[in-house]
Amino acid sequence: MFKFFVIPAHDRRLIPEGRLSGPMPWVIAIMIFLTVLAAAAGLALVQAAGNVTDDLSSRATVQIIEANAEVRARQARAVAARLRGLSLVEQVRVLPQKEIDELIEPWLGTQNLGEDIPLPALIDLKLTRTASDSELQSLRSVIQPLAADARVEPSSGYIAPVIALVRSLQWIAFGLVALLALATAAAVIISARATLNTHRETIAVVHLLGGTDHQISRLFQRRIALDALLGGMIGLVGGAAIIWLIAMQLSALGSGLVQSLGLSWLSWLIIALVPILGMFLAMVTARMTVMGALKKKL
Amino acid sequence: MDGIVRFENVGLRYGAGAETLADLNFTLFPGSFYFLTGASGAGKTSLLKLLYLSQRPSRGLIRLFGEDAVTMPRERLPGFRRRIGVVFQDFRLVPHLSAFDNIALPLRVAGVREKDLEGPVDEMLEWVGLGDRASARPATLSGGEQQRVAIARAVIGRPEILVADEPTGNVDPEMAIRLLQLFEALNTLGTTIVVATHDIHLLSKVAGAQMMKLEKGMLADPTGSLRHPPLPKAQRN
Repeated sequence: MFKFFVIPAHDRRLIPEGRLSGPMPWVIAIMIFLTVLAAAAGLALVQAAGNVTDDLSSRATVQIIEANAEVRARQARAVAARLRGLSLVEQVRVLPQKEIDELIEPWLGTQNLGEDIPLPALIDLKLTRTASDSELQSLRSVIQPLAADARVEPSSGYIAPVIALVRSLQWIAFGLVALLALATAAAVIISARATLNTHRETIAVVHLLGGTDHQISRLFQRRIALDALLGGMIGLVGGAAIIWLIAMQLSALGSGLVQSLGLSWLSWLIIALVPILGMFLAMVTARMTVMGALKKKL
Repeated sequence: MDGIVRFENVGLRYGAGAETLADLNFTLFPGSFYFLTGASGAGKTSLLKLLYLSQRPSRGLIRLFGEDAVTMPRERLPGFRRRIGVVFQDFRLVPHLSAFDNIALPLRVAGVREKDLEGPVDEMLEWVGLGDRASARPATLSGGEQQRVAIARAVIGRPEILVADEPTGNVDPEMAIRLLQLFEALNTLGTTIVVATHDIHLLSKVAGAQMMKLEKGMLADPTGSLRHPPLPKAQRN
């Protein structure tokens, strides 16, 4: 597979290679830079969507709606005790009033409104698995005798539109990666054709001396693969630096969905492979372009 | 004896123009020496292009080394081209390669190992009088020196057929004689030589050479030796 890298120096001189002397490595560097950013965004969004889904799909909230605070508190305790005995429920936590006040603080301010507005009691449930509709219905049935107006709301319901948005952004990011791969291939085709044109006479002579299409295309493959690898490494370093800077800024924000954005070691490995994949893409494109062009000659 | 090259009713037309070559019928025999003469524009270079497989004819049959060269798949052409040495009229040296590398090119294309080609290339450089210019690039060589590199490149692989287009056009008479002697030496070893030239004085320099004359794309056969089958020696003039 890597035979083209061990072409003897005298053969390589036939089609002179000038590292970073032409536009090709820089074009590929820009393409790989953008691809790395798009891939990182896509992979981070995959991870974020996964984290949020994993975290929330197995959670539910029970709201005890009762105007009388004492009755509400009693019902909440009774419901919590009943739920702890169910196999579907892993963890039950009755939210303290202070936490509920903090939740409504952004909308209603810091005044102590608990006495004026009858806020529902909230019970946070962690389930052993993602509950189906029928399981949620059976939970409601269990709670009903203890608190007639209690509601069971799966958390996945709240987050579904956000997850849908994240998934859309993720596909847009991967779509960009595909478009950039196509643009890279197009740049390689243009470069290979230009190089073929520049060295038309040398190629004609090599053909007439008995050189094969394969021998000639190997020279182009090597030249373009090395250009792509060099440009790819420059693009990767630039892209990784930007990702690191963004990661620093996101971690400073430090809350909610933003905090779940991140790259696993597998994501970093995939990003590190982008220049290698770019090189193979360039190499295959160059080979197909050159072989196609040579076949038109005698 | 079977011919090494046989043309039957061969014609060549570039694009939609008139035929550059028409009705060529001749046979070249192994180990023979041929001069191809004719006025400028008579079609000498076009005929040579057919011989060294740079062009396919518009019509007719060409048999080369006993095989049909007209319908031969292009994948097989490199193997046949390696058996033919060519001295191009405009030399066609690779400008960014040294004289050594230009001469070594056919051997490298054929996959000869580096340690096996240094000796023959150095020897060839000495023979054409360029032993001290091995690392010179074509742009720094005179026209005559470039021509000698081109000739050395054509003969380095001991081809079965050597095709030379005006090989002595840029060299002094003394060098022209030396080059012809090189061609004769190759011919003695069995190589079929075809030399296109304007210089009718060369014709007398090679004993036993036969002449092919092109006139307006058609072949005159003054000696009758090119016919298939050739005329008996007694009937040739």
